Amino acid sequence: MTMPATTITAEGQSPESMAGETLWRGAFKRLRRNPMAIIGASIMAVFVLVAVFAPLLAPYEPASTQWTELSTYNYVQGSSAEHPLGIDRWGSDMLTQLIYGARQSLVIGVVSTLIGLVAGAALGVLAGGLGGRVDTVVMRFVDILLSIPSLLLAISIAAAMGTTGFALMIAIGAAQIPIFARLLRASMLSQSRSDYVLAAGALGLKRKTIVMGHVLPNSLGPTLVQATLNLATAIIEVAALSYLGLGNDEAAVAEWGRMIVSGQDRFEIAPWLAFYPGIAIAITALGFTLLGEAMREVLDPKQRR
Amino acid sequence: MLRFVVRRLGLMVPTLFGLSVLLFFWVRVLPGDPCRSLLGQRATPEGIARCNEVYGFDKPILEQYVTYVGALMRGDFGSSIDLHEPVLDAFLNKLPATIEVSAVALLFAIVLGVPLGYYAGRHQGGWWDTTIVSGSLLGVTIPVFFLAILLKYLFARQLGLLPTQGRQDARLDVEHPTNFYVLDGIITGNFDAFWDASLHLILPGLALGTIPLAIIVRITRASVSEVVHEDYVRTAEAKGLTSGTINRRHVLRNALLPVVTTIGLQLGLLLSGAVLTETVFNIDGVGQYLYAAIGVRDYPVLQGFILFIALMYSVINLLVDLSYGLIDPRVRAS
Amino acid sequence: MKFPHLRRSVVLGTVGAISMMGLAACGSDAPPETDPDAVASDAQAQCEELYEASQDVPESGNETFVFAAASDPAMLNPFFASDGETFRVARQIFEGLVDTKPCSADPAPGLATEWTGTDDGLSYTFQLEEGVKFHDGTDFNADAVCSNFEYWYNQPKGPAQSEDVTYYWISLFKGFAGGDTESVYDSCEASSDTEVTINLTQPFAGFVPAMSLPAFSMQSPTALEKYGKVADGEDPTTTEYALKRPTGTGPYQFDSWNRGKEVRLTAFEDYRGEPARSTTMVIPTIADPGAKREALINGEIDGFDLVAPADIAALEEANMQIVNRPAFNILYLGMNQKTEPLDDPLVRQAIAHAIDKQAVVDQTLPPGSEVANQFVPPIINGYSEDVTEYEYDPEKAKELLAEAGAEDLTLEFNYPVDISRPYMPSPEDTFNLIRTQLEEVGITIKPVADQWTPDYLEKIQGTSGHGIHLLGWTGDYNDTDNFLGVFFGRESNEWGFDNPDIFDAIAEARQLPTPEEQKPVYEDINETVMEFLPGVPIAHPVPSFAFDPAIEGFYPSPVSGESFASVVVTE
Repeated sequence: MTMPATTITAEGQSPESMAGETLWRGAFKRLRRNPMAIIGASIMAVFVLVAVFAPLLAPYEPASTQWTELSTYNYVQGSSAEHPLGIDRWGSDMLTQLIYGARQSLVIGVVSTLIGLVAGAALGVLAGGLGGRVDTVVMRFVDILLSIPSLLLAISIAAAMGTTGFALMIAIGAAQIPIFARLLRASMLSQSRSDYVLAAGALGLKRKTIVMGHVLPNSLGPTLVQATLNLATAIIEVAALSYLGLGNDEAAVAEWGRMIVSGQDRFEIAPWLAFYPGIAIAITALGFTLLGEAMREVLDPKQRR
Repeated sequence: MLRFVVRRLGLMVPTLFGLSVLLFFWVRVLPGDPCRSLLGQRATPEGIARCNEVYGFDKPILEQYVTYVGALMRGDFGSSIDLHEPVLDAFLNKLPATIEVSAVALLFAIVLGVPLGYYAGRHQGGWWDTTIVSGSLLGVTIPVFFLAILLKYLFARQLGLLPTQGRQDARLDVEHPTNFYVLDGIITGNFDAFWDASLHLILPGLALGTIPLAIIVRITRASVSEVVHEDYVRTAEAKGLTSGTINRRHVLRNALLPVVTTIGLQLGLLLSGAVLTETVFNIDGVGQYLYAAIGVRDYPVLQGFILFIALMYSVINLLVDLSYGLIDPRVRAS
Repeated sequence: MKFPHLRRSVVLGTVGAISMMGLAACGSDAPPETDPDAVASDAQAQCEELYEASQDVPESGNETFVFAAASDPAMLNPFFASDGETFRVARQIFEGLVDTKPCSADPAPGLATEWTGTDDGLSYTFQLEEGVKFHDGTDFNADAVCSNFEYWYNQPKGPAQSEDVTYYWISLFKGFAGGDTESVYDSCEASSDTEVTINLTQPFAGFVPAMSLPAFSMQSPTALEKYGKVADGEDPTTTEYALKRPTGTGPYQFDSWNRGKEVRLTAFEDYRGEPARSTTMVIPTIADPGAKREALINGEIDGFDLVAPADIAALEEANMQIVNRPAFNILYLGMNQKTEPLDDPLVRQAIAHAIDKQAVVDQTLPPGSEVANQFVPPIINGYSEDVTEYEYDPEKAKELLAEAGAEDLTLEFNYPVDISRPYMPSPEDTFNLIRTQLEEVGITIKPVADQWTPDYLEKIQGTSGHGIHLLGWTGDYNDTDNFLGVFFGRESNEWGFDNPDIFDAIAEARQLPTPEEQKPVYEDINETVMEFLPGVPIAHPVPSFAFDPAIEGFYPSPVSGESFASVVVTE
């Protein structure tokens, strides 16, 4: 449960959010003045840039494990001119590993959040849009998923699917499904009762058109906030799963959680092995969380004065 | 009110039943099987076959399912294949440890989180606010096990102040009538045991508490900043009441309502956070037991423990919803 | 640069004697001696030194000795166990008819002072120590021995006859009363109070050393009868006996077991030898190796074993003592001949020549570990001095690969992660080094990492698609079949070859009545195996213990049979 319990309710979606464009513009303006948002966005920008341009930034090839005379079971080389952050247990350059680790975190974070978002949104829209029996069945299923704490759900799925990067994405993504499903459903319900939807219905627009054209776009705000927050959760959960031995076992892939795990038993002789990746995870996740929280604040009309 | 409770309890039944079905088939989909795990390197094909026969894993899966449901109906959750103890006993045995750590975590989060959140809320937008919010969020974003490494290194290795693992010093020979070790220390009048058990809870509580801390800070802050702009606060200010009185009488009391429910919600989350914390600090609670069971594919434990956790989680959520209704009349009305 | 080894010269001592002291009178059927030609390793020398020192240790110490275990015992009746943690507890509470010599795997007198076997290998007579009592006051005598054998042999049907419960009985004595498989055990006769004869249905050369296994500890027949009875189909591991009333003759008696937390033992006052030095022994469970290291340095525990190599530096820096158990194990690189071209001997030889075992030992294994050249440790019966050696020679490896037409060889290399085994303390390190070495001769390695259980073992032992892999074995007692038979006794998924010559030779050796007759046969088998080269034996890694500086009187046992009765917590 590295999850900051961030299921957002759709309460904030009062009819005035219909102001559409002005809302977004106003939100963006407030966002730019919010120090949390600035810090969060900056961290995120650096992280994404590092992840995308990893091959250009990294001084060496990733996971170019070359066991050298330099490292033994009880000695690991520290910082040097060739390796500013030292080398890891198996002779790879720490800086390179960290940079490629950002890439891995980004990929797993984004893909798993997308999985959760798409599947959750589909369920939520299905339930909220169709209502009736479909709603009951879908929400019962979501309830079952929700009755298990999210990390436990991710652990369960990861254990079943094996230790590959793909399995990791599915596990973390699936654990997010119920959150998105609930969010989207609640948001749809609250809006389908709103005046403009009733008006659209009165005008004879088809339900599908109403859902796609009006209700969905207006659920975008909270969904975006939730997705940003979930990205942070995903990055932390990858590390948690790695710690529990359910992460990506592939040695060729640099992954922060795995780096902490393999570095922790050398913490006393080479603390940097676990320290750098640990800090990297914390700061990156903090960036996404700050941005998400700031977005939540500015999008929530109650917070506006 | 009663109808609401009955309805919610009624809904819980199909949910838990659905979960039990899912769990049954899920554990059997897991790669690897308990017999191979149990026999480890010594496994021979005949040995595995014999073991499967003994535990009935060679039977068709539907037949196994019928047996399982039949036993469930009689309240029999089976026994651990690895440790040979009834699953329900094991769960009840392990639960006190988990509750103890969770309670300390929550206490830490409340004691620190409410004042910080309050301060941040009253000074929203300032640098103090940003620092408090970011700082508390950092607590959430540091992986729990990494935080544990740092905490242990600082408080145990460098300062030598606190124990690094376990629930009680092995050199103390004490009775555990309730399995709540702190409570046991008090009951048996053994101050050393009580003190020792308390010390053992500090680091795990801290590590586990960072997440609810951040959430409590956030909710308190949001709630306070909302309340200070309410009319009654402005009126009070206009009346010339001292800020201390205003804060006490109006701001705090009203702002704490959502905080209380948030705290309730955290209980459920703490349960699952325990999996990590217990593993890191070697606390023999529900989480550690469950985690070990995943490793050896101990089917009955996996089925039983996750079901129990889900049950607790659902009941807690129900209680939270109820308390929300009690505290806020508007909710009860609707 | 490397850090110098700051190994403290360890001087531990033991007070006493425990069971094997002063019992020079040995069985007339002399057990096989440790091979004198084998070079004594560092760990062996250290062990002997510690044993010497253990004679002469301060009388008094702290009351409580705390030794952390990696997991709880499975339960407390050792007959139903096959895991080290259960046996560790059992070794303190129980004793067998036969013990092992200090720092050796060879049999030594235990509850039996001497023994003789008939020439046909079908009957063994034991002379028993007199006046020994179980913890519950029951007399230990010939009847008690027979009760134990009959108890083992007459296990009820169901779980008790499943390999996960009675592994050692099934693998050594084959069958139970009224079962489909004929049992090696035939009958037990008590000719007097102190003389007992065990009859077998077929020769079993490993019989005497097998009696040193904790699984075959002598348990109180009274307590077993009263608290340990189960009917057919019932689980014998959940009886009151197995959970709360283990009753043996050992220096410690059972006090309590708080599941998931600790086992507590107290000294048995009427012990037949020197009583335990610490009045209480606590065995708390700490699963995580790092947590054990921290707990030791922080003074929460007095010792633990299976120290990870990476922890040694930190432990030594904190002034902790490191003690190595003499290696009775093998770490090897397995090759699956079902996967081409590993069925080509040239390819297997090339791989063997490509590996610098010395570097593997120096860089990834605890100091004191030895390079291996065959699949059994040097101190075992039948270790051969004349096996084919494949010295480190990358050039030759390349030539052999070229000769086999496998220049572009790509191999799947399986290894386990997040696990530390006594014979493989840090598999990821070992994997990475060997991988580097194989890549240097032009082999492309496809690394495949898995969790130890169930994934890794399932893949290696349960499926046939894997390539090369890391695995090993620790011997349970002094029996060569316990190594060779386990690895090459039959066609298996792990090795993927069908070589009837080897299978038959191993089966025949098993049938020979005495270890003396087995010796040359096992030497031959070891030579044949190394010529055939099913895999590359890498090393005999020494498993390490770590202790607080205040601990004295401990010495290790190659077969993990450490008794902690001699340990003193000074100060």
